[in-house]
Amino acid sequence: MNVIAFYIAAAIAVVTTVLVITRKNAVQALLYLAISLISVAVIFYDLGAPFIAVLEVIIYAGSIIVLFIFVIMMLNLGQRATLAEAKLLQPRMWIGPALLAAILVAELVYLLARGNTGAPAAHVISPKQVGLALYGPYLIGVELSSMLLMAALVGAYHLGWHKQSKPETQDVHREYATSLDTGGGPVRAGSGRTAGAA
Amino acid sequence: MTLAAVLFALGVAGLLVRRNLLFILMSIEVMLNAAGLAFVAVGARWAQADGQVMFIFILAMAASEVSVGLALVLQLYHQFESLDADAASQMKG
Repeated sequence: MNVIAFYIAAAIAVVTTVLVITRKNAVQALLYLAISLISVAVIFYDLGAPFIAVLEVIIYAGSIIVLFIFVIMMLNLGQRATLAEAKLLQPRMWIGPALLAAILVAELVYLLARGNTGAPAAHVISPKQVGLALYGPYLIGVELSSMLLMAALVGAYHLGWHKQSKPETQDVHREYATSLDTGGGPVRAGSGRTAGAA
Repeated sequence: MTLAAVLFALGVAGLLVRRNLLFILMSIEVMLNAAGLAFVAVGARWAQADGQVMFIFILAMAASEVSVGLALVLQLYHQFESLDADAASQMKG
């Protein structure tokens, strides 16, 4: 295990994650999230888990990020959303949650430092071992996760199916959109209903 | 392990601070990734493959969660013309 590489990748991961949760533009945050996931993949490789590192890059940094990007493209957010985010990201908004998270970090680090969890051994676990464990004692887990993925597929298809809402409810939603003081009001009220059917 | 804790706490902070639904989903991804990192680190500490198996399950769960979550985000955006999580608090039925 290369300690220097571990600390470099860990620093990159923490810095990019901080940048993810402080960006106003969703696409910038997504790119930082991709860098964070790739640095975590480097950490996995350093911990002796090459198979997991490859899976992290393919599935997290590949498919999940692409899914986010597609949704951002379909939503077609403009400058208005960035301005609304800028209004929400004032110090009095984030100081409380940041304090709570800092307390959580301190507690976890204290607990981890008390129990002597030494540095992980430089023991590479090959994909063969992972596969044997996965299809041996964890076979029921594999079946359950396949059911979960199937349920997610059906659920995403069902939710993505774009129903035509009734006219009176549409008016209620338009009124709600005007009552929001997010700058321009219902700029695209109505136009978004036909665009996202793909 | 400390890195996993720090990343998890950053995810919690992001979840609490942001009200944009996309950022909330990204924070959930960060938290799941931190949990997976903890599993893999512990698996490497005791030289067992179980940690990596658990990470594969977390990966499947994260993928399904984010697909359903993003479909819900699309529906909510079509309903409310906004990504603010507070907009969903007035839904009826």
